[in-house]
Amino acid sequence: MNDLFIILTASLVAINAAILGVFLVLRKMSLIGDAISHAVLPGIVVAYLFSGDRTSPLLLLAAAFTGVLTAVMIEWLSKKVKIQSDAAIGITYTLLFALGMIMISGWFKGNVDIDLDCVLYGDIALINLDKIIIDQNLYLGPRALYIELAAAIVVITITAIGFKGFKLLSFNRDYGISLGIKMGNWHFLMMAMVSLVTVVSFEVVGAVLVIGFLIIPAATAQLLTHKLGNMLALSIFFGVIAVVIGYYAAVWMNVSITGAMISVSGLLFFIVMLFVVIKSKQV
Amino acid sequence: MQEFIDFISFKDPNVVYVLLGMLFINSSTALIGTFAYLRKRSLIGDAIAHSLLPGICLGFLAAGEKSLPYLLAGAFVSGWLSTFAVDLIVSKTKVKQDAAIGIVLSTFFALGIVLLTYIQKSGTGKHAGLDHFLFGQAAAITRADIWVVGVIFLVILLMIILFYRAFIVVSFNHEFAQSVGLPEKLISFFMTSLTVLAIAAGIQALGVVLISALIITPAATARMWTHYLKKILVFAAIISVVSGIGGAYVSYANSGMPTGPWVVVFLAFFVFVSIVIAPGKGLISKYKRTIKNNRKILHENILKAIYQFHENQGNHEMNLAISIEDLLSVRNFDTAVMMKGLKLLIKEGFIKKVDNKYQLTEGGIFESQRVVKLHRLWEQYLLKRTQIDTDHVHSGAEAIEHIITPEIEKELERELGIDGIPKEDY
Repeated sequence: MNDLFIILTASLVAINAAILGVFLVLRKMSLIGDAISHAVLPGIVVAYLFSGDRTSPLLLLAAAFTGVLTAVMIEWLSKKVKIQSDAAIGITYTLLFALGMIMISGWFKGNVDIDLDCVLYGDIALINLDKIIIDQNLYLGPRALYIELAAAIVVITITAIGFKGFKLLSFNRDYGISLGIKMGNWHFLMMAMVSLVTVVSFEVVGAVLVIGFLIIPAATAQLLTHKLGNMLALSIFFGVIAVVIGYYAAVWMNVSITGAMISVSGLLFFIVMLFVVIKSKQV
Repeated sequence: MQEFIDFISFKDPNVVYVLLGMLFINSSTALIGTFAYLRKRSLIGDAIAHSLLPGICLGFLAAGEKSLPYLLAGAFVSGWLSTFAVDLIVSKTKVKQDAAIGIVLSTFFALGIVLLTYIQKSGTGKHAGLDHFLFGQAAAITRADIWVVGVIFLVILLMIILFYRAFIVVSFNHEFAQSVGLPEKLISFFMTSLTVLAIAAGIQALGVVLISALIITPAATARMWTHYLKKILVFAAIISVVSGIGGAYVSYANSGMPTGPWVVVFLAFFVFVSIVIAPGKGLISKYKRTIKNNRKILHENILKAIYQFHENQGNHEMNLAISIEDLLSVRNFDTAVMMKGLKLLIKEGFIKKVDNKYQLTEGGIFESQRVVKLHRLWEQYLLKRTQIDTDHVHSGAEAIEHIITPEIEKELERELGIDGIPKEDY
């Protein structure tokens, strides 16, 4: 039963990330996603400090705010200050991540219950310790599962309603601007969702490995299709497959579960890449 | 204060190790990072840093204990493989470089985590300290480590001095490098290898995430101040080392404060200060330049309007004093802005005020003729040498007149065969 809950929770992380990842990959903004996922750390720490609770709504707000702040700062550095974009990304996320680490191990030491290892790869094996039980004995599963479920509902709903906007943003931003659509708003909505997904997944997969969930399945899907709809479906498929295989591999070898899931995801990418490259040579 | 004195008097031998370590590590990464920055490959450094982890773990498994040469060798191989993998993905598929970096970085790092947990659970007990590579532990730099990072620094410095020309050409213009027969791929590979080496040297002190800052931020800071490569290299190294010392001091003076993150905070402080105050590229400098330009344009437009007024009146002496209403009848100024401009023009001696009216001085007459001449020369040029409609030549000239230099003016006169101020006769 515990196995099932872990797989379900991780699958929801994978689904959320896979959907957003498709847009990040198409917009060539993978590394902004990476930067945001690192940079939400200080937001998470501050929110933990004030709420003392890992599931407070304050956490989401603070971290989503840091995420959007990251995106704004990168844009300011590259557009206004004219620092080349790769350096703008690097400067921003290392600074925010450093601030997060200083908070964890310096200023708020003892006040904040965040394990540094958890920052890197999460504590998915431990999610079952935080259970939701009603009527004293009816066990509904780990709290993390419901948080992910809520996030999934938010991500899927917003993506479905705003599908046209996001599509325009990904493929033809200039056309969108010429139609008088405020593409900037769509951009920041997307960045806010990336922060949201990173934050809710923090406990499960950490702040560093989440980039694997965001980018790898989407890029694998990109190898196989041109259509946005297919790409979304394939991305989700590859994300969930990696979760399932990775989980059993990790249990079998007794190693980090999240690490194994991303490793499997990466191997799947390279296998598909090999397949695509060989096939294109035959034609 | 006592801490500060202790710190600079090197009472604690550990302080010496940390400072020497910072000196070597930060100079190595800043120097080679500058080339990565110029090649717009800063974030490959990020991928390399994350990708060192599996190599470090394999090195540990091979040695059976935490032996730095083994770990560095493993790190070097896996770091180098990661850049190879990024290039492979970009060249063979339609996946773009940013995604390729993301894929390689997370896959290698995940493999590293898998290996790390495997080592930790296999329970030999000798793995203590391996997790320093994740977050960095500058305080744990030992005497033996100093030798290793010192040698790496010397190697990188020597290579940059020896291959300086080749590195410049490949960084700034790799197509040119190919065309003159330089082995561009080989040099590029060599530079990447040096980057991997520098990152591998620093990873124990800074950790996989923050080491990127040492590669990127010093170069970006130095670039704000100068565009001479040699100056950038020296300046980047100095900034990085100073930040290293700053970080080490904060950590020394406040127990529990981590060194690496503070080094990054210092680096970020320098880059943001530079963004504001650097001459030329800095924000203050840019702002001043904008104001100066706007003022120049306003002045020239006012002088031009006065000239036109006289021309319309048929007065070639240009000695009439004219009122504000007269000026506004020629050109639609924002009145408040125009008043400011007039005040400054009086101060600069181009205009004098006569009974609430404005009259050009000698210098003002000369200046107004110059501006009108440039405007009309450009109009004539657009009319005679381009296909632009007569409706549009005025606005084109309006924009360009303020930046035409005396050399271009002469060139235009010769090209069009015009002497004196052309008439507005189109």
